[in-house]
Amino acid sequence: MMDADKKTLLNEADNILRTDIPETLLPANQVETLERKTLEIDSHALNFGPQHPSAHGVLRLVLEMEGELVARTVPHIGLLHRGTEKLIEYKTYQKALPYFDRLDYVSPMCEEQAFALATEKLLGIEAPERARWLRVMFAEITRILNHILNITALGLDCGAVTPALWGYEEREKLLEFYEAASGARFHANYFRPGGVARDIPAGLEDKIGAWAKEFPAWIDELEGLLTANRIWKQRTVGIGVFSSEQALSWGFSGPCLRASGVPWDLRRTQPYDNYHKVEFNVPVARHGDCYDRYLVRVAEMRESVTIIEQCLSQIRPGAVKVQDPKFSPPPRAEMKRSMEALIHHFKLYSEGYHVPPGATYTAVESPKGEFGVYLVADGSNRPYRCKIRPTGFAHLQALDEMSRRSMLADMVAVLGSLDLVFGEIDR
Amino acid sequence: MVEALISSPQQVRLQGRLGAIAFTFATSWPGVSSAALEKGELVLRATRDQLLPIMVFLRDDPQCRFEQLMDVCGVDYPSRAERFDVVYNLLSVTHNQRIRVIVTTNEAAPVASVSGLWACASWWERECFDLFGVQFSGHPDLRRILTDDGFEGYPLRKDFPLTGYEEVRYDVQLRQVVKEPVSLTQDFRDFDFVSPWEGMMTLPGDEKAHEVRQHIKRSRG
Repeated sequence: MMDADKKTLLNEADNILRTDIPETLLPANQVETLERKTLEIDSHALNFGPQHPSAHGVLRLVLEMEGELVARTVPHIGLLHRGTEKLIEYKTYQKALPYFDRLDYVSPMCEEQAFALATEKLLGIEAPERARWLRVMFAEITRILNHILNITALGLDCGAVTPALWGYEEREKLLEFYEAASGARFHANYFRPGGVARDIPAGLEDKIGAWAKEFPAWIDELEGLLTANRIWKQRTVGIGVFSSEQALSWGFSGPCLRASGVPWDLRRTQPYDNYHKVEFNVPVARHGDCYDRYLVRVAEMRESVTIIEQCLSQIRPGAVKVQDPKFSPPPRAEMKRSMEALIHHFKLYSEGYHVPPGATYTAVESPKGEFGVYLVADGSNRPYRCKIRPTGFAHLQALDEMSRRSMLADMVAVLGSLDLVFGEIDR
Repeated sequence: MVEALISSPQQVRLQGRLGAIAFTFATSWPGVSSAALEKGELVLRATRDQLLPIMVFLRDDPQCRFEQLMDVCGVDYPSRAERFDVVYNLLSVTHNQRIRVIVTTNEAAPVASVSGLWACASWWERECFDLFGVQFSGHPDLRRILTDDGFEGYPLRKDFPLTGYEEVRYDVQLRQVVKEPVSLTQDFRDFDFVSPWEGMMTLPGDEKAHEVRQHIKRSRG
């Protein structure tokens, strides 16, 4: 190295060192010679998940950041892919049903309902009246279960810990109803093609009725913690705004679509089971931000309570499954006496019923939005193809557009407000 | 349930409107091979090259207004010349109606991507490509989406075995995830449940007597 080069290098080092000294401390003649540099922070990629507690499961996001602004979001999904659709093709219709509990494990019964309705449509059978009331009632209990978890988890993501602690207590009460009806707290396997698995035990209706009287007060308490809370509003108002045009184009449904100002609810527009016999309001908000999605969910919980009360007042004793031994198993007592019943039981649980050829796309309003099943039957005892339309798949896809140019911390709020469950998205 | 809902006046009107759309398509569109109501649902079968104009019409025509693409999925029929069905489920929130558009394709022939019409089509088509190997032309980002990194094959094809070809486990010695060929501790059991007393004429082990009884094979002598 030449001496001259060394000198310039030393000078440069000197300059750099000198920039650290605040201008006010330097003599005036040195301030004039001070070299001014503009630093450019280049964008960098940030890994979010797959084990981040705010990723709501196994989502991995690759965020391209510009400073603290998110320039682009690339979601990587499929970490929980279990091949449910392939497995269903190798199972009889009855054995396929429990897979639906394991899709959206936060709202299991609503997923079962979609498959049960699709199978019923292809079979041309109709669930009896009491079974339909039970389905509506438990679908609404499921909706409340789901919304409690979503709202409180969103609170947790934004720094509000208390709602989650309160919410789990309420969820526990609802899960006890689940357990009383189906024997399981989560993976219920309760709604079956042709009705429900079994009747609810004596006294459960009164318990649900008593709970429904108390629950609106709990919603008030929850709202007292969040709705007017200044920090909560700072974290959610105007964050993740999506217009109704965008929401329609990105295939949104459920509370996310309604928060963007589209009054669309499948329970109202394309009623299934007994939803045409109950009265309820469809809450709609206008701004399409995280706060509106939260408000819509809270309002929906209140509507769900009124639906449950209407179910309780209109439900009458009666059969809970189709009275056709080709589709529903005989009572255990009868199997001890009747050879015919024993054969039916054996054939149902080994071969299952054959579904006539045909295809249907049946959708229900699950707590997250439209959950659809495209079921193709070929006349055998197994579905030829069972495509599951997960709700969160469409919502997650819009995350990039929704959170573009937002802060990294707001990303978590947007993610939480979309209500994603990866059992359903990855299938 | 089906009867109860169809008999309501709202449903009768819906069925009439869907029937009108089916009639329009069946009579005046060259690329439509059939359009009909199947189990109360409007199903439109179209040729592959006419897919985009039909989709644009369905989205923008004031009678149709299918603003939402709810689902794209594939169905595999290996015995057919064009083995795949690509099924599009559309929803109109304006008119409260649904339509199902079906086109067929094979492993090589690409289907035009509709991701320019509905933004959400991008991932649905990626999923269809991932699981069936259907090609989509004009897709901005046709990558695998659900399956593992480095996965080979298309798992939802009917000729892909349920157990797959490779299994993945964590190796403690190597301290990394390793892939190995699938080894089953017990054979995959796929039972044939067709009832011997309803579906089969010949009982197992009774083939010879059956042939004689049916005069397929003359008894010697």
